[in-house]
Amino acid sequence: MSLTSAHSVVAPSAVSKRIAGTIIVLYALISIVPLLWIFATSFKTPPDSIAYPPKILFQPSLEGYCNLFSTRTRQTPEYINALGPATGVCDETVRKRNMVIAGPSNFMPRFVNSLIIAFGSTFCAVFLGTLSAYGFSRFKVPLADDLLFFILSTRMMPPIAVAIPIYLMYRELGLSDTALGMILLYTAVNVSLAVWLLKGFIDEIPREYEEAAMIDGYTRLQAFWRTVLPQATTGIAATAIFCLIFAWNEYAFAALLTSGSAQTAPPFIPTIIGEGGQDWPAVAAGTTIFLVPILVFTILLRKQLLRGITFGAVRK
Amino acid sequence: MAEIRVEHLRKAFGDFVAVQDSNFVVRDGEFFVMLGPSGCGKTTTLRMIAGLELPTGGKILLGGEDVTMRRARERDIAFVFQLFALYPHMNVRKNIGFPLLAQGTPGIEIRRRVEETAKLLRIDHLLNKSVSGLAGGDRQRVALGRAIVRRPKCFLMDEPLGTLDTEFRDLMVHELRELHNRIRATTVYVTHDQMEAMSMADKIAVMNHGVIEQFGSPREIYDRPATMFVADFIGSPPMNFLGFGGGLSKGASEILVQGAKVAVPEVREDIAPADMALGIRPEHIRFDDGSKLRGAIYGTEYLGTTQIVAVETSGGIIKARVPAEIRLNAGDQVGLALSSARLSLFEKGSGRAVRTAIHDTVIHDGAAEVRHG
Repeated sequence: MSLTSAHSVVAPSAVSKRIAGTIIVLYALISIVPLLWIFATSFKTPPDSIAYPPKILFQPSLEGYCNLFSTRTRQTPEYINALGPATGVCDETVRKRNMVIAGPSNFMPRFVNSLIIAFGSTFCAVFLGTLSAYGFSRFKVPLADDLLFFILSTRMMPPIAVAIPIYLMYRELGLSDTALGMILLYTAVNVSLAVWLLKGFIDEIPREYEEAAMIDGYTRLQAFWRTVLPQATTGIAATAIFCLIFAWNEYAFAALLTSGSAQTAPPFIPTIIGEGGQDWPAVAAGTTIFLVPILVFTILLRKQLLRGITFGAVRK
Repeated sequence: MAEIRVEHLRKAFGDFVAVQDSNFVVRDGEFFVMLGPSGCGKTTTLRMIAGLELPTGGKILLGGEDVTMRRARERDIAFVFQLFALYPHMNVRKNIGFPLLAQGTPGIEIRRRVEETAKLLRIDHLLNKSVSGLAGGDRQRVALGRAIVRRPKCFLMDEPLGTLDTEFRDLMVHELRELHNRIRATTVYVTHDQMEAMSMADKIAVMNHGVIEQFGSPREIYDRPATMFVADFIGSPPMNFLGFGGGLSKGASEILVQGAKVAVPEVREDIAPADMALGIRPEHIRFDDGSKLRGAIYGTEYLGTTQIVAVETSGGIIKARVPAEIRLNAGDQVGLALSSARLSLFEKGSGRAVRTAIHDTVIHDGAAEVRHG
C-alpha cells in the first residue's frame, strides 16, 4: 500500500556512502574491542589474564569456564595424587592448581533466574503494552493525552531513584528475592516504553482492516487478533528486544532486591571475584555466556528489528 | 438483497454536525450514489449504515428491519473501503474467503465459493498470489470479491476507485456497473467524482454540509438542479449563473438580464423581489450576433469535438460549449443566444431553484424525493 513508498527520496552519493561506511566500521571496531577482550580473557589462565603487557597470543585454556561452573577446595598434592585418574578436562585443569571440584557453582541457577525474569517481564510488558497501545490508538479514552503523558513520565527519572521505597515495599510484601517481584518490577519499568513504541506502530495500521473484519462478521477481539496483530509483529518484535535488553542487563535493582534464590546473573557475576582471588577468566566466561541469549534473540529478530526501527521512525 | 431506508438520520461529533436529518430510500437492487465534496457527510452516512458509527438520531432500516443500533457484524452487509483493506499477511484466496470463515462455512464450501467469485471477477488466476504484489485494479477486484462472496443484503462502497489511476478507473467504472447489472445487489456508493456518479448511478444524492441537497436520477440532477450548489457541483464546466433582480410572478416567461430580454421556462410560483440567478449549462449557449446579451471572448479551451469558450460579460465570465470548428480570437465581441427551454432560475439567498415548466415532466420514476430549504 502507500506505506511502502516511505523510502528516502535522494540516492546517497558515492563519497557520502564511503564516509558513512568508514564511520560505521570505526564505531563497530570501538564497540567490539571490549567484547573481544572479554571473549579472549575467558579462555586465558588466571596468570595470563593479568599479564602486562597484555597477551594477544596465548595458550587457550578452559580454566575460566571450569571455575565459573564449579566450586573447588584446596588440597595437598599428596591427597590429589592419591585420587584416581582425572574424570574430565575440568578435573584435570583444577588439579594442576592443587584443587579438587567440590560441586557445581551457583552460576547455572542464577543464569536460569535471569532467563525466567527477563523473558517473563518482557512477555508481560509487551502483552500489556500491545493491549493498552491498541486501546489508546483506537478508542476515545477520556484524558488520553494526560494518561499517555503520565505513562511516559514514569520514565523521566532513573528508576533507581525510587530504589529505597521499592526495597521497603518489597520487604513488607514479601516480594524481596522472588522471581515474581523482579518480573513485576521490570514489567512496570518497561511497560511505558512498550505502550509508546507500540502505539506508534498500531497507529500506522489503518483501522479499515479491523472495520472490514468486523463488518465481515468478526468480533473486535477476533478482528484484533486476526488483522492487527499479524501486521504489528514488526513493532512487537522491536519492542520485545528493547524490553528484553533492559531486563536482561539490569544490575542495580537486581543487586538490591535479590541475594539468594531469585538472584539474576548480573549481580552474581561480580561475586566470583571475591571467591579465592581475582578470577578474571571466570568473570569473563560468565560475561561471555551471559551475552549469548541476547545475541541469539537479536539475530533471530534482526530483520524485524531493523524494519521496526526505520518503520516507526518514518511518520507521515 | 434488501431495501435500505434512512429516516431523519443525524450525526454530530461534539458541536460539529456531520449529517443532519437525512432521509432517503434505496430500493432493492438499486445502485445509489452519494455524491458531494469532502467533508459533506457522505462517508459518515455510509459508515452509519454499515454500523461503524452510531447515529446521534434517526433510524436505519435494512430490508424493513431496524438495525440502527446493531453491531456491524450483525447487519449482513459488505463494505468496500477506499484503501481496499486487503490483509497483507494473507493471499488472495484467503482474503476473499475471510468473511466466510467468520460464518463458520465449511472449507470445501469456502473453496467453491471463492473460486466462483474469482471467476466472476476474472481473477481466478491470481488466487494463490500475495495481495501486496497486485496492481491497483486487481486489488480492487479482490476487495470486491471479498464483498460479493458473502452474498450480503447490500454493498456499501466508500470511494473504492479513489486511489486508482485514471485508466483503471474508467475500466472499473464500467466493470462495476456491469457487475451490478449481473448480480443486482442493492449498492450504496460514495464518491466525490461526478463522472463516476453520473455513469453508474440509478439514483444520486448530492450532499453538502451534512444536508442532502437533491435526490434523484442522474438526468434529473443534471437537467433540473434543485439548488445552486447542485448546479455548480455537477457538470464540467459547471452551470453558469447570471444575476438579475426583481421578483417573479406565476406565468412569467421572460426576464431581464443585463439589459437583454431572455425567454425562460414558464414560472410556476410567485417569488417576492430578491436577488435571483439565471442558470445556464455551457452547452445551452450559442453564438448569435443578433442577441442583446453580449460579451468579449476571454479565452478558449480546445477539447477536440467541442471547445469551451470563456466570454467576459458585464455580469462576469460565462463559459459556453460550442463546436470546435468555430474560429474565435480573444477580444472578439459576440452575442450569446440561450436555449430557453433548458434554463434554470434560482433564488440567490437560499440557493433554491424556482419551480418552472422544466419541473412539469416527471423524469424520475417516483421514488421518494427529498427537498430542503
